[in-house]
Amino acid sequence: MSFIEIRDVKFRYPQTERDALDGVSLNIKKGEYVSVIGHNGSGKSTLARLMNGLLLPTKGEVVVDGFSTAEKQSLFEIRKRVGVVFQNPDNQLIASIVEDDIAFGPENLGVPRKEIGERIDFALKAVGMEEYRKSTPTRLSGGQKQRIAIAGVLAIRPEMLVLDESTAMLDPKGRKEVTSVVEKLNRENGMTVLTITHYMDEVCRADRVIVLSDGKIVMEGTPEEIFSREEELKKYELDVPVPTLIADKLRAGGMALGRIYDKERLGEKLCGSLRKI
Amino acid sequence: MRIVAENLSHIYSPKSKFAVAALKDVSLTVEEGEFFGIIGHTGSGKSTFVQHLNGLLKADKGTKTLRVGEFDLLDKKCDFKKLRSRVGMVFQYPEYQLFADTVAEDIAFALKNFRPECSAEEVARLVRDALETVGLDYAEVKDKSPFDLSGGQKRRVAIAGVIVARPEILVLDEPVAGLDPKGKREFFELLHKLHKSFVKTVIIISHDMDNVAEHCTRVAVFDGGRVISVAPPKELFCDADRLISLGLDVPVTGYLAAELSKNGVNIDTDFTVEDFTNKVLEKWRGREES
Amino acid sequence: MKDVAFGQYYPAESFVHKMDPRVKIVLSIAYIVAVFLVREFYFLGFAAAFLFILLTTLFARVPFLKVLKSIKAILFFVVFSSILQVLFNREGTVLAKWWVIEITNVGLLRAAHISLRIVLIVMGTALLTLTTTPVEIADGIESLLTPLKWVKFPVHAFALIMSIALRFIPTLMDETDRIINAQKARGADFESGNIFKRIKALIPILIPLLISSFRRADELGDAMDARCYSGAKGRTKYKKMRLTYRDFIGFLLTAGLIVGIVFLNGVLGVAV
Repeated sequence: MSFIEIRDVKFRYPQTERDALDGVSLNIKKGEYVSVIGHNGSGKSTLARLMNGLLLPTKGEVVVDGFSTAEKQSLFEIRKRVGVVFQNPDNQLIASIVEDDIAFGPENLGVPRKEIGERIDFALKAVGMEEYRKSTPTRLSGGQKQRIAIAGVLAIRPEMLVLDESTAMLDPKGRKEVTSVVEKLNRENGMTVLTITHYMDEVCRADRVIVLSDGKIVMEGTPEEIFSREEELKKYELDVPVPTLIADKLRAGGMALGRIYDKERLGEKLCGSLRKI
Repeated sequence: MRIVAENLSHIYSPKSKFAVAALKDVSLTVEEGEFFGIIGHTGSGKSTFVQHLNGLLKADKGTKTLRVGEFDLLDKKCDFKKLRSRVGMVFQYPEYQLFADTVAEDIAFALKNFRPECSAEEVARLVRDALETVGLDYAEVKDKSPFDLSGGQKRRVAIAGVIVARPEILVLDEPVAGLDPKGKREFFELLHKLHKSFVKTVIIISHDMDNVAEHCTRVAVFDGGRVISVAPPKELFCDADRLISLGLDVPVTGYLAAELSKNGVNIDTDFTVEDFTNKVLEKWRGREES
Repeated sequence: MKDVAFGQYYPAESFVHKMDPRVKIVLSIAYIVAVFLVREFYFLGFAAAFLFILLTTLFARVPFLKVLKSIKAILFFVVFSSILQVLFNREGTVLAKWWVIEITNVGLLRAAHISLRIVLIVMGTALLTLTTTPVEIADGIESLLTPLKWVKFPVHAFALIMSIALRFIPTLMDETDRIINAQKARGADFESGNIFKRIKALIPILIPLLISSFRRADELGDAMDARCYSGAKGRTKYKKMRLTYRDFIGFLLTAGLIVGIVFLNGVLGVAV
């Protein structure tokens, strides 16, 4: 059964003439890792904000674990289940001390004090930031701040994590920190994950990739399937990851390589074929 | 204009307990005409370094030389305004600097400051040129509010607002952060276009090693406020392990070349995708034949 | 610029740091009242207050220099008000006279009295901010204002606004730095010209700063909504402030100071 069902959703921002989302249907199963890619303005971030009722569809319906975002009284239940991490870590931390910030969500839920403490322990451990409990977020690196933001969401104990370009403002080290935390949560805790990103290499970890263009889902499949359709991706103003680009050029030159999208596998293949001969 | 820095040092808030040496004895020369890359992890001093090049930050006393062309930046009488008109600087997320009512007015800001004697017609002509260079239609956007544009357009306007002064040196700090793949590709095309016209030297700070390998003639590696190496990508990315130990990435081509060399296959490449694939194919064909 | 924003909090593990912020706020107010209680020209009362400051600084393990430095910011004000007192006071015996200006003994004493009063008050509040983080102060104020809930004062919202403001000060300072640099690189000049020119030169900084603040507020609102924020109703609080023996000792010391000052008000004043 699907955890989230998005049924033929249309969305238009006030005072605009074009639908930001134009008839999107999408089901996400519990424990699934889904990535959404698309050019700037394709409707990706709108999609993220529909998932927990920050935006409501102009048409169609979003149902989370049986609750429709259209019903005001179920928003609380939905937001307990779907945590969203945004792009700029600076704009989602509300307190000047890490533990106070993480406590914000549970406090809103009315969790008893003792349990809030436990949830902070759990959340900080999950993102590997235990020793920063009493730190000031402003003094942390971008990757660390974003991990605190994730911890703040985890303390609500959601079943699904939506990351709306959460790595866009980070340096490569920060990106790695965040993606590995998210991957681990998906693998070890069975967290359902939806990531929205521009970085093609981050997409490779997903079970399923959705390509959005002008508010419509135009491609859907495993990373392998998606990246084997380079021409189509180009049409939607996207790229293939660099390893795929290299593999394609080598294949065009006659080398027998399969469809490859991660550099580790390409490395193995190359070593194999150049050494063997 | 040639850039020469010798023993450049800079300490932030020297008197407080938070004193941080951001730059220590940095010596670096950038020749006119280079497409120069600067890499290093966050806090390595790379942004601090480039902010010295147009006098936004002042070098500490121990600094021996800091010259940009004929400008001696250590001289108290240095004309920083004139220097800034010739060293353009694009910061991270430059769209956050937009402020004027109209796009044309915002772009003209630098002209008003640097060349107050400029006639209205001349200003309009230069603004039009700048807008067209960054790929926007003058007639369509000039009277719009910069805040009504899309994210990608805002960034182009911000860059137009820097290049309108026709700087000889263009310094860019992470200019493609947050852009989608197409936006990134177009941005580098724009940079090369500028580099072929009035911009003689490009200095770019980037975290994206694939871009650095693809575009830069030489690269300086910053670490802990020092420059620990300056080399063309061809040499720099040969030692993938060292870069990784510094907390930096290597381009995919660098990773693959390192993997191959561990298996006894040496690829002599400059680490652009084009060159790398050609060299691999050459090697492969050579083996096929033998 | 970042460091300014961290206020003057001096991190240490001390008796005073560990006191309940509410108590520290109340005692600071009591201390200010005590300083005001010192009768004119009974300077021993000030000596008692100074002794109190010295003692607290010792307990707080804060270098005394830090406390002294707080005076720097108000030095101009102190000097200015002293000069006014000296120049325009007409009471008492005239000690010197030029043109329309008379310097009297009362003028001098009054200048000393006012200066000491300001300096001691500033040192006291500096001790509060040196030993208490802004967040603790905000929490303390919230807790102290709780009774106002009965008159429908939005105490929770007020406290939340305070703590968010505190959280964003360093971020916005960084942002200001960045915008200033970006505009300087485009030739902006903030240092020359007359006052009107300089104010006009601020527009290219203020507009982007304003727009970015709105954007941040928008995103922060979304992030708070996403984390189930729905006002004060049904909320719990993770941090609870508790009175300890330290707070009672603080109470006793401050009470001692007030009693001492009242007592000294009757002893050994400077007669005019």
